[in-house]
Amino acid sequence: MLQYGFMLHAFEAGTMVAIVAGIIGYFVVLRRSSFAAHALSHAGFTGAAGAVLIGINPLIGLLTFTSGGAIVMALLGKKAASRDVQIGTVLAFMLGLGLLFLTFYKGYATEAYSLLFGEILGISQSAVITTLITAIILFIAMVIIYRPLLFSSLDEDCAEAKGVPIFWLGMVFMILIAIATSISVQVVGVLLIFSLMVTPAATAERLASKPIYGIFISVLIAVMATWLGLFISFYVPYPVSFFITGIVFLIYIFVRLMPFFKNIYYKLLVI
Amino acid sequence: MEQNNVINVKNLTAGYGSHIVWQDANFSINKGEFVAVLGPNGAGKTTLFRLLLGLVKPISGQIELLGAYPKKGNAKIGYVPQRHPIDSETKIATVEFVRLGLDGDRWGISFSQEGTKQALEVLKVVGALELAYRPLGVLSGGELQRVFLAQALIGSPDLLLLDEPLANLDIRREGEFVKLIKSIVVSRNITVLLIAHNINPLLSVLDKVVYIANGKVAIGNSVDVLNSKTLSGLYDAPIEVLRDSYGRVAIVGAEENIHHHE
Repeated sequence: MLQYGFMLHAFEAGTMVAIVAGIIGYFVVLRRSSFAAHALSHAGFTGAAGAVLIGINPLIGLLTFTSGGAIVMALLGKKAASRDVQIGTVLAFMLGLGLLFLTFYKGYATEAYSLLFGEILGISQSAVITTLITAIILFIAMVIIYRPLLFSSLDEDCAEAKGVPIFWLGMVFMILIAIATSISVQVVGVLLIFSLMVTPAATAERLASKPIYGIFISVLIAVMATWLGLFISFYVPYPVSFFITGIVFLIYIFVRLMPFFKNIYYKLLVI
Repeated sequence: MEQNNVINVKNLTAGYGSHIVWQDANFSINKGEFVAVLGPNGAGKTTLFRLLLGLVKPISGQIELLGAYPKKGNAKIGYVPQRHPIDSETKIATVEFVRLGLDGDRWGISFSQEGTKQALEVLKVVGALELAYRPLGVLSGGELQRVFLAQALIGSPDLLLLDEPLANLDIRREGEFVKLIKSIVVSRNITVLLIAHNINPLLSVLDKVVYIANGKVAIGNSVDVLNSKTLSGLYDAPIEVLRDSYGRVAIVGAEENIHHHE
């Protein structure tokens, strides 16, 4: 299947996105920022729709609006960022606004679909290059901030006392989420961001005693789900994003039910 | 005298912006002293810590810490803050948490085993070595306090700032924990400032008391500070300090006269 250009691009971009989303997702879950991450993707939708309307690359719209949203959230501070009612209200409006932008655009149905649910099979060669460069930048940034980010995520007061710049670090991380979200949209779309950014990391969090292992597991799940999803959809013509989301979900449920299965297994042993 | 002096405070006024929390404090604390910091809620005990940690600047006056102006990220201070929210579902191992106290503030990733090694050593010192590979989420309140203490001790600080470490402990564990802290600081010659609400578990181990109330700060040994005259002077209200036959202290009247400075 890799003879086909579009499949090759899909695997390339998909893998890079899965790796980056897996790494950043681990901290999104650790910091309980998953709703904020989801909110950023909605803001990105509005930006992308606006970009399509005025005829520029939707990725630019995505990046501007998600980064802008990230900065605003970081400025509002931790308390505001967890006010899900306020965020939800603003974001529902954003989504509606994005919908409005798209109705003014002739090919709006397909554009809306690919923004909302991803169009991994429509990724061009140049998009792969852009994704690669972005992914490398994100990876390097995460390596640099790894320790202080982990420290401030687990114990903010202590980290602050030890000299970690928690405000700026929080802002930088929010922007990294924004950028990672922007490149993930091409694979799974705005509405299914959770399946790459949150669920693999949530599964990993239940398994790993060491953060490095947690990140590794999170990346592994995201990448495996992406590869498997692409593979299956080549033969079974249903949307790739559905398969990715479904696989990630099944793995999560399995891991969550593991204690339950263990219990039954032990009870059966007794009998 | 300079070598022995860990904290030196002259005419210090503390607060946030234009809002004064306490003023004109004058005291010094010497190396190895065990100091209890007492006072009603909102009096400004945590503010004192934040000043020492360099997280907040004084409104006026002088403050010296280990011979220098307090700066953020001072590696010589071990700090245990109040209210540590630990998610009960987290699977991250205790040793991973404790080692962050050593190098969590440095950029990048470290693959050295040094952090783990020191974390295990310091967990042993606080009597929590068996918790090293248990997930943080399953630890009890008492166990967590030992882990937080371990994290503060890693890196061999000269000064320990403990903000209400006895808060969620029952009486027996309170006593055990106080004994543990005392034995550690004596063997390592560490200076300790410990914020508490109840002085009694600390009476047998402390050298000095800093009492903050009503915008004023008093310091001295427990007899000099914890008496009706001194505390009434602080609160500007009639306070009585009663002592039972064991020397235990009850402070009467303080709760009715709390002025919150928040």
